[in-house]
Amino acid sequence: MTQNLLAVRGVETFYGRNQALYGIDMDVNEGEIVTMIGANGAGKSTLMMAICGVNRAVRGSVTFAGKPIHEMPTHEIIRLGISQSPEGRRIFPRMSVYENLQMGAVTIDPKYFADDLARMYALFPILEKRHAQRAGTLSGGEQQMLAIGRALMARPRLLLLDEPSLGLAPLVAKTIFDTLRELNQSQGLTVFLVEQNAYHALRLASRGYVMVNGRITLSGTGSELLNHPEVGAAYLGGSGH
Amino acid sequence: MSSQLPTLPALLPMLKRSAIATIIAFFLFLPTLGIKTAASGGVDGLFLQYRWSGLAIACGLIFVARMAMEIFGKKQDGTSKPAAAPSALVRFFGSAKIAKTVGPVLLVFAIVFPFLPFSDRYILDLGILIITYVMLGWGLQIVVGLAGLLDLGYVAFYAVGAYSYALLSIHFGFGFWMCLPLAGLLAATWGVILGFPVLRLRGDYLAIVTLAFGEIIRVVLLNWRGFTGGSNGLSSIPRPSFFGLPFNQEPGGFAATFGLEYSSMQRIVFLYFLILALAIFTFFVTGRLRRLPIGRAWEALREDEIACRSLGINTVNTKLSAFAIGAMFGGFAGSFFAAKQAFVSPESFNFMESATILAIVVLGGMSSQLGVVFSAIAMVGGVELLRQLQFLKVIFGPDFDPSQLRLLLFGLAMVLMMLWRPRGLVSTRTPTVFLKDEKTVSAAMISQGRG
Repeated sequence: MTQNLLAVRGVETFYGRNQALYGIDMDVNEGEIVTMIGANGAGKSTLMMAICGVNRAVRGSVTFAGKPIHEMPTHEIIRLGISQSPEGRRIFPRMSVYENLQMGAVTIDPKYFADDLARMYALFPILEKRHAQRAGTLSGGEQQMLAIGRALMARPRLLLLDEPSLGLAPLVAKTIFDTLRELNQSQGLTVFLVEQNAYHALRLASRGYVMVNGRITLSGTGSELLNHPEVGAAYLGGSGH
Repeated sequence: MSSQLPTLPALLPMLKRSAIATIIAFFLFLPTLGIKTAASGGVDGLFLQYRWSGLAIACGLIFVARMAMEIFGKKQDGTSKPAAAPSALVRFFGSAKIAKTVGPVLLVFAIVFPFLPFSDRYILDLGILIITYVMLGWGLQIVVGLAGLLDLGYVAFYAVGAYSYALLSIHFGFGFWMCLPLAGLLAATWGVILGFPVLRLRGDYLAIVTLAFGEIIRVVLLNWRGFTGGSNGLSSIPRPSFFGLPFNQEPGGFAATFGLEYSSMQRIVFLYFLILALAIFTFFVTGRLRRLPIGRAWEALREDEIACRSLGINTVNTKLSAFAIGAMFGGFAGSFFAAKQAFVSPESFNFMESATILAIVVLGGMSSQLGVVFSAIAMVGGVELLRQLQFLKVIFGPDFDPSQLRLLLFGLAMVLMMLWRPRGLVSTRTPTVFLKDEKTVSAAMISQGRG
């Protein structure tokens, strides 16, 4: 491995006395889309939070671009270039779309703002149409686009996405995955994607991990995992689509 | 919604509902209105007095009001009504254009107010009081309205400001303009001191701790006799002067210097303009802050703290700055209060003050600066209006003190608000104005979007 952008080594976290993650090892390399699939409660979002320093790793280490980040406060981790679209979108419902995007750029030099905004509107034209609308009145798919757009406004080196397809119509989810692929191919954006929608996620990702009950049980390239019998049985409904 | 009177079969369920409301009212009013404990003066101590007539009047009023609501009001069928078209009043206050005209009109009125023919000393004092509350409301609005941190102990900062001014001017002879920033600074420091332990708290828990904080400050002021004078308070605080010219009859005083005839009104007018200037300062600073990144961060914090953190906002600093800046304006207002009264005591800083200021902010619609002005006029002016209702003594007897109705009015205002304006007088949230260089972008976007 030449350049590990993100390296997670032996991370263990707890909720009170309940252990949630057991010795997680994983890497995200520059320019990759890496996905973590797993069932509800497997610990995917917990890992995301451990990377961002929300729910800290009790043991193990997280390094980003060679820098240990597992003891940093969240806002400093974000300022290093990790941007997160958290689970459940978490847009600011009473603020306008435009203001939401502004909030995404708080860590960035304001001189980039106009360009970045134009890029975001080109990426998600619907956001431009709705720019003065209260974000809470957007549809689920639009809100997800806004959440991703907001995260991208921070010019991330690594984009963390927690279940972007949650609660979306398949077509809308596909649009979002297509956008991610495009961003990855045209701009080399590195993405770490946590998903339950294993089929789409694995088709999109260059590499993937499977998490079961707080442990990584399988890893491999996207197509390897897609064709893996265990993955097929557990996450793809038995038949290989 | 028919204007015709309903027929008898339709009237019966209405009568039934009104009767139920009346029965509930009867039990509610029975202990509060129907029974009164009175001291007998003898060895018996207290005995109960029954006021059946008062109870009957109250229940009758409830019945009539409920019937009126049934007949003339909207259907109360429990299902959620489709949002009615905004009433004229809502449209009036909601429109940004109107808000832009009403603001300057109010400002001009406030400036000429002391020179209007009816402005006697009493009216001016009332004006000063209202503007003080407007200023406090704007200060608390940062904490409660923008940052969404429910603060029930805001009066503590008002007290810190007042005592700072009193102590600094008594012991060190500092003038008003020197004390003002110091008082603001001290209050802001206490804002941070309060902020630190409550960083992790939200909602009810935050409210309880801030409530306790307000009480702690008051109790300390009450008991630290050597420093604060205890319940006697601090008196003979130097009054502010007009750029060094005191308001007195001496040759070097304000009146003599400007060749005017001395009048005690001059000092009041000066104080009026002083608080007006402070309030305008508060208005511009808080209004400007809202449009700055820090203000947007406060609002984002109110909306979703976790999202804020995941965007790289330092939530600790953001919260503390909201507490500190909100407290600073409380300190300024407190400083003015001490200068105006020339006397401070812990009495002035009880929980009722916090509640009033919070009510002003909530009634005003949490994030509208104009709303705070209207609700302060209603809350403070309304109470004063009660004092004017002396003619009610004819009906209720000579012991009737209309100003005791204050809490009743308070409750009534809250109930009416719940019914008609559940999100405050001015509940629309205007998006923060776009900055200059962004304006071109947004204008282009609009034309693209439409075209």
